[in-house]
Formats: sequence, C-alpha cells, structure tokens
Amino acid sequence: MTALAIPTRKDEAWRYSDLEAVATIWPVPAPTRIDVAEGETARHHLLQDAGEGAAAVHDYVITIADGARCDFHVLNIGGKLGRVTFTVTIGSNAHFELNGAILGGGDQTLEIITSVTHARPDSTSGQTVRSILGQRATGSYLGSINVARDAQRTDAFQSIKAMLLDRTATANAKPELEIFADDVKCAHGATVGELDKAALFYMASRGMDPATAKTLLLRSFVAGVFDDVADEAVKDALEAAAIAKLEALV
Amino acid sequence: MLTIDNLTNEIDGKAILKGLSLQINAGEIHAIMGPNGAGKSTLAYTLGGRPNYDVTGGTATFEGEDLFEKDPHERAAAGLFLGFQYPVEIPGVSNLQFLRESLNSQRRARGEKELNGGEFIKLAKEKAGLLGLDMEMLKRPVNVGFSGGEKKRAEMVQMGILDPKLAILDETDSGLDIDALKIVGAGINAIMRKPDKAVLLITHYQRLLDYVKPDFVHVLAAGRIVKSGGPELALELEREGYAEVVAA
Repeated sequence: MTALAIPTRKDEAWRYSDLEAVATIWPVPAPTRIDVAEGETARHHLLQDAGEGAAAVHDYVITIADGARCDFHVLNIGGKLGRVTFTVTIGSNAHFELNGAILGGGDQTLEIITSVTHARPDSTSGQTVRSILGQRATGSYLGSINVARDAQRTDAFQSIKAMLLDRTATANAKPELEIFADDVKCAHGATVGELDKAALFYMASRGMDPATAKTLLLRSFVAGVFDDVADEAVKDALEAAAIAKLEALV
Repeated sequence: MLTIDNLTNEIDGKAILKGLSLQINAGEIHAIMGPNGAGKSTLAYTLGGRPNYDVTGGTATFEGEDLFEKDPHERAAAGLFLGFQYPVEIPGVSNLQFLRESLNSQRRARGEKELNGGEFIKLAKEKAGLLGLDMEMLKRPVNVGFSGGEKKRAEMVQMGILDPKLAILDETDSGLDIDALKIVGAGINAIMRKPDKAVLLITHYQRLLDYVKPDFVHVLAAGRIVKSGGPELALELEREGYAEVVAA
C-alpha cells in the first residue's frame, strides 16, 4: 500500500490544521474501527492529552447497525496538534451521540472533525462540543451531516459553542448539512463568545479572586459535556483532566 | 470606618463625581438620596472598584487602608459589600456554589480557615431563613429566572453569609413590593445594625427608610453632597422634592 500524500490546506477537512505538526507523524495510524451490532449499545471515550509539542491524530470509523446506539465522549486538550475525527454511518432506528470539549492554550491546534451519515430512515444523532481557547490556540469543529435519499425522518442536531479567553485565540465552527431526503429535522447552532465581564465583576465584588471566578464560569460553560458518562471512574478522570487544564488556562 | 475625601471620577472620560466627601463611622446607617443622574450608583460602583469607573482625584480610606489600592475582590475580603441595583445573572453556577467560593476566597485572603460543605450549608440555611428564602432557590443558578424581589432577597442572603463590615446598598428597594420591602428591611437590620458595622443606603425614595432608620441622610446632586442632616431630611425631601431642597 502506498502512503497517502500529506494533506494541504486546499483539503477542506485540513483547512485550519497545523500541517507542519502533521508532517512529523505522517502517515498517521490507520483509523480505529468501531462496529456496533444490531440492537447493541456501545460507549466509548477518548482523553486526548498528548505531551507538549507532540502531534496526535485519532481517526474513528464508526458503523452503527439498525436499532443500535453509540455514545462517544471526547476531551481534546493535549499536544501541539490534537486532531480527532469521526466518520459515522447510522442505520435505521439507531443513534449516535458525541459530547466533546476542546480546551487549548499556548500555540495548540485542537480539532474535532465529524462526518455523520444517516444512511437509513428513522435515525437520530446529537453532537455537543464546547471549546475554550486562550493565548494563540486554535480550536476547530468541522461537522458535516449527510442525510441519504431514503433516510426519511432523520433527526440530527449540532450544538457548538466556543469561548475565547484572549483576542489572539481562534475558534472555527463549521456545521455543514447535506440533505437528500425531504422529511428530516436537522438543527445546528454555533456561537463564539467571551467571559461575561459583568459576571466577573459581580463575582469579584463578593470576594472571588479573578482566577477562581474565571474557573467557575468556565467550568459552568463545559459542565454537562461529561454528565452522562456511565462509568464513574471514566467520568471522574475526564472531569479531573478538564478542570486541571482549565486551571492552567486562566 | 469609611472616609471619602474630595472624590472625583470619570466614566469613559465623563466626570460624574465632582468632589464628594463623606465620613461613615461604625454603628451608623447613612442614606444617600438624590435625583436621577446625580451620581448615586456611580459612587457605589466606584467604591466597589468596577472597571471603567476611574478615580481621578481624592481618597477613600476604609478601616485605615487606601480603598483604591485594592482590587475589587480584595475590597470584599476587607469587609466591603456592594448590593447591586441590578444583580447579575450567572447561568450554570448555583447560588450555593457561588457563595461558598466567595466566602472561602474571602477567608483565604484573611488567613482564616475555609468552611467545609456541611458548615457552609448550615450557615446558608440560617441566613436564607432570615430572609424567608427557600433553600431550593439557592440551589438554582445565580439570579437566573428570579423575580426582582427574589433577586434583592438573594442579595441580602449573600450579605448575611459574607457578613461584611460595611454594606453599600444601591437601590436595594427598587422593584420591591411592600411585603418584600419589609422583609428586606428587617434583613438589613438583623444583619447590619450592629455597633461594629455600618450601612450606606442609596435610594430614591423615603419608603425603605421607614424600615431601615438612617442616622444620617445626605443629598447628592451633580456629583457632590449638597446637604446633610438627620432622618428628618428624608421626610423633607419626600415632601418638597429634590429641586426645592437642593436650591434652598
């Protein structure tokens, strides 16, 4: 097998990436395949916490059979480049749920890229991603939802919110819909904001030092992303890593 | 406790306070009244240290220290409490979490031991009870979905828990009906009417002063205190109007 060529910026899915960092690990490992059999429920998570200066690319190819469900939780916080991609195909009466957080500072480039295909009728998907970016970090969510011609009654949503701690940080949010059926519901929302200055002053007036106040607001911003992680140990690990990263960011 | 001397300030380059002086001693309750635009809220925010409220001259000494040398959170730890005319909503942060972080931040700054969960809940229950506020309300996000009256009562619960030396209450009576006014007034008395504490009430109307009796009343107009007196001054203002009293 010949190695694929290193991607360029012309490739939409790599447009905001750190191509120099990618070059250091090219070719990236083969994707991880997850096949969820008919009627089954699968739960997966990834804590992407590569070392400083490292590049990490995690590709997932997920197939969810009829009547099955896949829940994926991702916390993307480590490395010079941290890129997590999902290529998902959903069967009839099946569901895919992605809950993710991107927390970046320094010169980090952190990305979540999704391509979710509703291949058959009566399937649902939900994607919730919260990003907090400081200093010169770039956080990107590129998510396409593709609804096949006969995938009627598809119900899909994307909720993407980013918070910038510094004017030098960048958030990219690009939801994309490609719909070939006529009876579908696809909702998507994307916002980019900053910490509420009025709230910060209110908290200061009650005695909270700036770091405590910011951390509390940021925790509330990402709260909920890991609420429904079933395994308590995994949940604790993800939350602890998220809080440690937030405290380092403020 | 608080000495303000010839204070001037600017907001976005516009002069608001123009040489304001005021002395508040422990055990005293002062009321500042005045027409819209006189600088009442500006005084409160300037003492609290709100960004963009730039001090251009004069001094404020709080418990022997320069207030303006301190950041807003340091002023709170030193014992200053600012009651907001429009309390800020903070979605996603519960009142209990907000107050515990606030109180423990203050205690850390003063070198005191932090309260643990159980100790804090006990304190919160006691103070909420004083203001007739359900503990369930304190589990909800800060001020989100609260009515005007609930926000003001929640502010007084905050004051009770944080136990300041000096409370500057900016139009705490606005948006309150008579019943809520009574409860809030009783709360202020219970928490703050003590020999080692003081209150600065900022208000448009006499009615709050029926429940929280001031020792001194000041009239603020065009950025300065133009007249001071006892409680009778508030009644005179109510009767005659600001224009009359200020001109006299």
